[in-house]
Amino acid sequence: MVSQIIFVLVLFGAGIIFYRKVSTITRNIKLGKDISIKDNRLLRWKRMLFIAIGQQKMLQRPVAALMHIFVYVGFILVNIEMLEILTDGIVGSHRKFSFIGWPYNYLISFFELVAFIVMAGCAVFLIRRNVIRVKRFWSKEMTLWPRSDANTILITELLLMSALFIMNATDSILQTRPDNHYVQVGSFMISGIIQPMFSGLSDGTLIFIERFCWWFHIVGVLAFLNYIPYSKHFHVFLAFPNVYYLKLRPKGEMQNMPSVTREVKLMLNENYSDQEDESEEMTFGANRVKCLTWKNLMDAYTCTECGRCTSSCPANITGKRLSPRKIMMDTRDRLEEIGRKLDKLPAGERVSYDDGKTLFDYISTEELWACTTCNACTQECPVNIDPLVIILEMRRYLVMEESKAPASLNSVFSNVENNGAPWQFSQEDRMLWAEELYYG
Amino acid sequence: MDSNKAKIEVPVMADLFKQGKKPEYLFWVGSAGAFDDRYKQVTRAFIKILTYLKVDYAVLGTEESSSGDVVRRAGNEMLFQMQALMNIELMKGYEVKKILTCDPHAFNTFKNEYPALEGGFDVVHHTQFLQDQLDKGNLKLSKEHFKDKKLVYHDPCYLGRANGEFIAPRKVLDRMITNRVEMPRNKSFALCCGGGGGQMFKEAEKGDKEIFIERTEEALATGADIIATACPYCMVMLTDGIKYKDQGENVKNYDIAELVTLSLRL
Repeated sequence: MVSQIIFVLVLFGAGIIFYRKVSTITRNIKLGKDISIKDNRLLRWKRMLFIAIGQQKMLQRPVAALMHIFVYVGFILVNIEMLEILTDGIVGSHRKFSFIGWPYNYLISFFELVAFIVMAGCAVFLIRRNVIRVKRFWSKEMTLWPRSDANTILITELLLMSALFIMNATDSILQTRPDNHYVQVGSFMISGIIQPMFSGLSDGTLIFIERFCWWFHIVGVLAFLNYIPYSKHFHVFLAFPNVYYLKLRPKGEMQNMPSVTREVKLMLNENYSDQEDESEEMTFGANRVKCLTWKNLMDAYTCTECGRCTSSCPANITGKRLSPRKIMMDTRDRLEEIGRKLDKLPAGERVSYDDGKTLFDYISTEELWACTTCNACTQECPVNIDPLVIILEMRRYLVMEESKAPASLNSVFSNVENNGAPWQFSQEDRMLWAEELYYG
Repeated sequence: MDSNKAKIEVPVMADLFKQGKKPEYLFWVGSAGAFDDRYKQVTRAFIKILTYLKVDYAVLGTEESSSGDVVRRAGNEMLFQMQALMNIELMKGYEVKKILTCDPHAFNTFKNEYPALEGGFDVVHHTQFLQDQLDKGNLKLSKEHFKDKKLVYHDPCYLGRANGEFIAPRKVLDRMITNRVEMPRNKSFALCCGGGGGQMFKEAEKGDKEIFIERTEEALATGADIIATACPYCMVMLTDGIKYKDQGENVKNYDIAELVTLSLRL
């Protein structure tokens, strides 16, 4: 009875802490500009089905894709076993689902197989990161925290799965001991193999190990759940909505700025009447997270720092400081920073709060100006994150709010303004190429 | 000049409009097409093809101005919209319905970005136009001219990744050449030439290497004699790359339009 009460309290506590963190993240995402994405629902569901659920874009890198499928599908399947663990914990039963009879052994054996595959996947991932040292996991922005975050996730998953195996192995031995009250479900596929390691232990030790593993597993799962929102691993939740809200228009399209259209029309046409409210505070481009859209901010929380974008970025490949992954990590870090500061303020003061810091404290202009806008990053991202739009919004801010473009681009601007071409050639000379053109 | 050769008078929109004519296509030359010495050759080649196919077209001539693609990507939205609104007004004045262009950047901005500024046109890239002419049987190409050559095609970002057009250029090339190879990074995963997003007009940021060299090396590694492109920036960058690698004697880069004129001996 005591253990049931502790279990329910732990469960609720973990649930509440998780809920509160997710609410904070939701609030942070909503700091972004409000845009409406309600078009093409059917197509969006379809894309989500293929890209997020079906892992379509992962396939480009087959080794990582296969391992990721192992861990991803395994993770979902093993969670079915959680149903029994939760039931046992709340009701105070042991192997409640064994009432189904002989299929129970096969079911648990299947889960063991799945758990083993998850472990294999995690082990390969750890080797890729720490032994083979795949380049994209060791770029400059992969400092101590992102690297240890990844390892923490993988090691935790290995430990949680190990606990399941040890629990099942010790349980199977206890079933064979005289005068035991254990449900007779037999040995399972994988834990059966490690069973001999524990067979010499006394009943008391076995019961302790079995209970310890049971509690270690469930408390570990709940702790892991609460670690996820602080980690790159949050993609396990956000990948799905993030893909749903993907950009459906051609990659080459830059979003129009209606506020600029009004100004330009006023400039070009004196008769144009401006119906918009001028009092509205307006920034051209983005220097702060609030100038980005909520989708851009959701992108930042969705990023799992896999670095496919960076490893395909022409600027990064050739040694420039730009890394699309860093753009996303910086956006998230800045958003988390402002979020933490907002949490400490009374609700009334939050709207107008300004800590004087901007995205430019994280992202340098050198990074921004190295981008060729080639869309390799957006193409690569398995969950359709768009680092390019953040780069371009920050360029807009630099140029339109601060007039801080590189000198050579300023010449391009003045040439286009004066003679309608990026070079200093007269518009009158635009037909010189057509002279002396013969055919046949 | 060979006396059999006919001089081409390029039709200008303003002149035709005065005569009450409305050509089917506006051919958008683009700033590079009008001013860049290398890319002017591509413009001339494509004009020859249009003449050969007796296409009803005109250019804006001295009325043409920058599409605004570069300045928009360099962050100057104000200037982009001024250019776009002026161009839209001009083209609407001439009742333009279809735009043809060799420049994927102009193609992208007209097709995807002008509509938000009330400038909706039917926009066709020259490789798509050529494919269509081949499909309709108006254009016939033989593999005679390039029969001993090996060719590799470099996907321009703004035609390929940005707008999903990977097939048309390859289809046109495959009508002219048998030995066409791919670079390891191709189609959706093609490496940029390094010229987009304003990079063409500025020094690259500090790094270990120029992007155009990285891409040229990849193209040269295929052992191709011809590097085909379909974009003015790609043309400039890869030409520089070939020069830098001192391969000008062995490897040539051509726009697809030029290959068509070579093949047809226009």
